[in-house]
Amino acid sequence: MTDQPSLLELVGAVKNFLEHHAMPELKGQTAFHARVAANALAIVERELTLGPKAMAEEKARLVALLGGDGTLDELNRRLCAHIREERVGLDTPGLAAHLEQTARDKLAINQPDYSGLNAA
Amino acid sequence: MSDFQFALTRTLAKALPGFEHATSITRLSGGASQETWAIDAVMFGVNHPLILRRSPDGKERALDTSHQIGLATEAVVIETCREAGVPVPRVRCVLQSKDGVGSGYIMDRLPGETTPRKILHDTAFDEIRPLLARQCGEVLASIHQVDVSALRTILPVQDGPALLRRYRDIYDAHDYPHPVFELAFKWLEPRLAGTGLQTLVHGDFRHGNLLISPRGIEGILDWELAHIGDPLEDIGWLCTNSWRFGVAGKVVGGFGDLQDLVAGYQASGGGEIDLEQVKNWIVYGSLKWGVMCMGMYQSFRADHSVERAAIGRRAVEAESDLINLIIHGKI
Repeated sequence: MTDQPSLLELVGAVKNFLEHHAMPELKGQTAFHARVAANALAIVERELTLGPKAMAEEKARLVALLGGDGTLDELNRRLCAHIREERVGLDTPGLAAHLEQTARDKLAINQPDYSGLNAA
Repeated sequence: MSDFQFALTRTLAKALPGFEHATSITRLSGGASQETWAIDAVMFGVNHPLILRRSPDGKERALDTSHQIGLATEAVVIETCREAGVPVPRVRCVLQSKDGVGSGYIMDRLPGETTPRKILHDTAFDEIRPLLARQCGEVLASIHQVDVSALRTILPVQDGPALLRRYRDIYDAHDYPHPVFELAFKWLEPRLAGTGLQTLVHGDFRHGNLLISPRGIEGILDWELAHIGDPLEDIGWLCTNSWRFGVAGKVVGGFGDLQDLVAGYQASGGGEIDLEQVKNWIVYGSLKWGVMCMGMYQSFRADHSVERAAIGRRAVEAESDLINLIIHGKI
């Protein structure tokens, strides 16, 4: 148990400082990089909010696809090896749906405005 | 006046007929090893806007060296293209090491914009925007018809299989799992198996390197990735979703339709275009962009730039585009 404020609130406070106090004082490249920095903090906020559920579900799908267990990193590496060795492919039931859901969840965290899967 | 400006002025005096003086020498942009400078030079009493592209210590960019041609070679490619009617800035002089201003070259500074936001959204471009896809087709046809016999000794041959191997090696070296990229490599291997076509390829034909004014395409810039290979690589890269800057419905650079590009290409003698093969090259484009995003993370670990950190997280946009292309068959 840590103290208040929460991580999410701390990140929000720094982002708010950047956007509403620092950026109006900045110019040129530094102002641009402050904008990028604020956007990076927005990714942190979204990952704190959406990440745990998305990653738990990703792990459950990988276990269902591959069997066995492991960390998310280990499971993803195993899936990569399976695709490379052609033991798993687009004709494997559940693979396409898994990849699409994973990309959807990652987009929601990293680039919610990207045109990518909106039309899909 | 700094040593650099003094040496540069001396170089200009030697290289440019009728050179009188430079009214301004301004650094525009660039990283640690490659710089762009805007120069206003008075020649025969008339002001000439020029650009200097140089690497100060004579070294080429550290990143990606195996793929990049040197600045002096780039100047030769640009001049060969200009003589063949490709819109490119005229090269005025190639720097010699004895000039003391690094390696690089000086060229004309053409009018126009390269910023995608302006080209895609500013009202000044409203009239020309619907014509740009066709113009891109015309320009690409002219690039792909350049006689490469003289360039063969200075440019690498990079066809589909070679490029795929190259990006597979880079992906493997990053050692981070992206199942979608694995799938895309598998999907592309039989499809980019080599068409036998070998033309001049610009290698980075997209927003940022297309100088566009309200009159149309003024010039094609940044030839450092030029090579000999499959001409459809240029078309696929221009149509990669990441270069549409949010206007996904306009397949060509976010400003136009593929059929207009094809019409311009064929009208300018570029020949038939296999649309299925263009799609394969778009898949390659998204995969390449995804691997480039992974590379941004490697650079970030060296310089801790917040901009590179943010681009690292864009690998997922390539993943989502690859899913649209491979699983849903949607360009």
